[in-house]
Amino acid sequence: MSLLEILRFAGRGVAANKLRSALTMLGILIGVAAVILLVAVGNGSAQAVNRSIEALGTNTITVSSTARGGTTPSALTVDIAQSLHDPALAPDVRAVSPVVSSAPTMTHAGTEYPVAQFLGTHPTYFGSSNSPLAAGAAFTDQDVAQGRRVVVLGRTVATELFADTDPVGQQVTVGGALFTVVGVLAEKSSASGFADPDDLAVAPLTAVQQTITGYGPVNSILVEATGPDRVNAAQQQVTQILNQRLDLPAGTTATGRGGAGADAAPYRIQNAAQLLATRTETAQTFTVLLGTVAGISLLVGGIGITNIMLVTVTERTREIGIRKALGAPRRTILTQFLAEATMLSVLGGGLGVAAALIGSRFTIVGVQPVIVPSSVALALGVSVAIGLFFGSVPASRAAGLRPIDALRYE
Amino acid sequence: MTLHLVGHHHRTAAARTRPVLDVKDLTKVYGQGEATVHALRGVSLTVAAGDYVAIMGSSGSGKSTLMNILGCLDVPSTGTYHLDGVDVSRLDDARLALVRNRRIGFVFQSFNLIPRTSAVANVELPLAYAGIKPAERRRRALAALDMVGLAGRADHEPNQLSGGQQQRVAVARALVTEPALILADEPTGNLDSRSTEEVLGILDQLHAAGRTIVMITHETEVAARARRLVTLFDGRITTDVRQDGAR
Repeated sequence: MSLLEILRFAGRGVAANKLRSALTMLGILIGVAAVILLVAVGNGSAQAVNRSIEALGTNTITVSSTARGGTTPSALTVDIAQSLHDPALAPDVRAVSPVVSSAPTMTHAGTEYPVAQFLGTHPTYFGSSNSPLAAGAAFTDQDVAQGRRVVVLGRTVATELFADTDPVGQQVTVGGALFTVVGVLAEKSSASGFADPDDLAVAPLTAVQQTITGYGPVNSILVEATGPDRVNAAQQQVTQILNQRLDLPAGTTATGRGGAGADAAPYRIQNAAQLLATRTETAQTFTVLLGTVAGISLLVGGIGITNIMLVTVTERTREIGIRKALGAPRRTILTQFLAEATMLSVLGGGLGVAAALIGSRFTIVGVQPVIVPSSVALALGVSVAIGLFFGSVPASRAAGLRPIDALRYE
Repeated sequence: MTLHLVGHHHRTAAARTRPVLDVKDLTKVYGQGEATVHALRGVSLTVAAGDYVAIMGSSGSGKSTLMNILGCLDVPSTGTYHLDGVDVSRLDDARLALVRNRRIGFVFQSFNLIPRTSAVANVELPLAYAGIKPAERRRRALAALDMVGLAGRADHEPNQLSGGQQQRVAVARALVTEPALILADEPTGNLDSRSTEEVLGILDQLHAAGRTIVMITHETEVAARARRLVTLFDGRITTDVRQDGAR
């Protein structure tokens, strides 16, 4: 008897009780769809986090001051910042931008806007922080040297103050001083839950010190490494120079994570690559967790198949007895019931994949799911395996029935 | 044993004279110790090709056990059973399945058709397990249905047929493989008198066509239709008589 005919018998068995078959398939459908979709959600959120971190620049190090007193000897100054740019002691540092930061109110023609970050820095900041300009031009080293009052606006600030008109060439008032807008930054992709990266304005360091913050220490120093793989080396060199300049013991480290101990350095170093690695790890844990929960629901679906096949075998004991009396070999009966279980799980699995593909077109809890192709193959493979594995107990029970017992069964 | 199975089948000249069914000193014991039941206590029986035998006996006489062994659904405790010249008393499950498929046609008391499956598909089933091609199967199944007068009901499912019609489909299924032996277990037990007459009429026709039939029954008027009446009591054959079998 050919396999095709056994499959036809099995198909008839599946079709004989449509509601029951459909409900069994639903169990597998939900399991498979959950595995694919939840893994896709985890993957999608990991990608979103990566994009937002990459937007900050992956080969930068931020040194920020943790000293409380503004002018203590341990504070970061422009001098210290410039000392970090040392081809001999720090060969892996490409650029250094000291940054002072405040949050003043900006005014233009009666419109006021409290900007989140008004930064004073060097022109290298634009390259290091991965902030290209959309219109106009960045200020120059000459502007910094002369303390010219020019400013580059973030997209949000430009929209708030100027609405639809072109801000380049216009003037804004910041802390009583007039600044001329020379450029507008390109919009940064923003991940949900993060602060708006476009709510800032950038001006020459000297101009900001002169008009707003005064000539004190800087808030942070943005250091750009020569490449993403040189970030750790650059961080070591920067730490060494800082410790030397601030008269700290040689072993002192400060990496931002782990909280402040008693002998902590008066500054903190954050590294975008480290941040990226941590976030990626978190996202992976998240994905594994989601996948496991979904896997459990797939297992439950599989147990549903065993259950329903056991019921089917009991219900059809007499039919099995008739088939055996007519000379059906053990193998044929086994194959028929295994095929029925596998049909249920494969149909359920296929519909589950379809449901997941449709579901992935929608945004789920703020995340655009990204299907992982291997999860589709895995879920389908697992659903075939579930049919074979969970169908094997009922099928072997059917095949092992003695025809006289089966025929007598009522 | 495999050699026996394959070797003897189509030697038609020998088959004519050789008994279809040859049983010697058959015993069957169920259970152990105090719960031991001797269902058969030494049954010997020979049925020639073309004969029509009725086996009678009261409940507990061992006729169901004998039926199961004759139908290769069970194996005897001791004794030998040659079916169509082949010793089938010591075969394993797989070989017994093969013997049931090729050499025996069953008719059961409760019809035992596969539900939700058309009459013609039911009749085709033993041919399917025998590995015969679909077109050939369909042709032979329709011919068998025609023989029992149900060619027009080929596409009906069992629940669309009367009891008598269902039993005629079962008879068609039993004879479609051209078996050496047709084994009928209380074939009229669930039928009214008209349907009983229809089914017995078909069995008469099959006998007239040279088929070997063994029928188990407890109704004397049904047993009277056979050519030979064997009575079983307490696991032994008590009478074995020829009768004219005329209605």
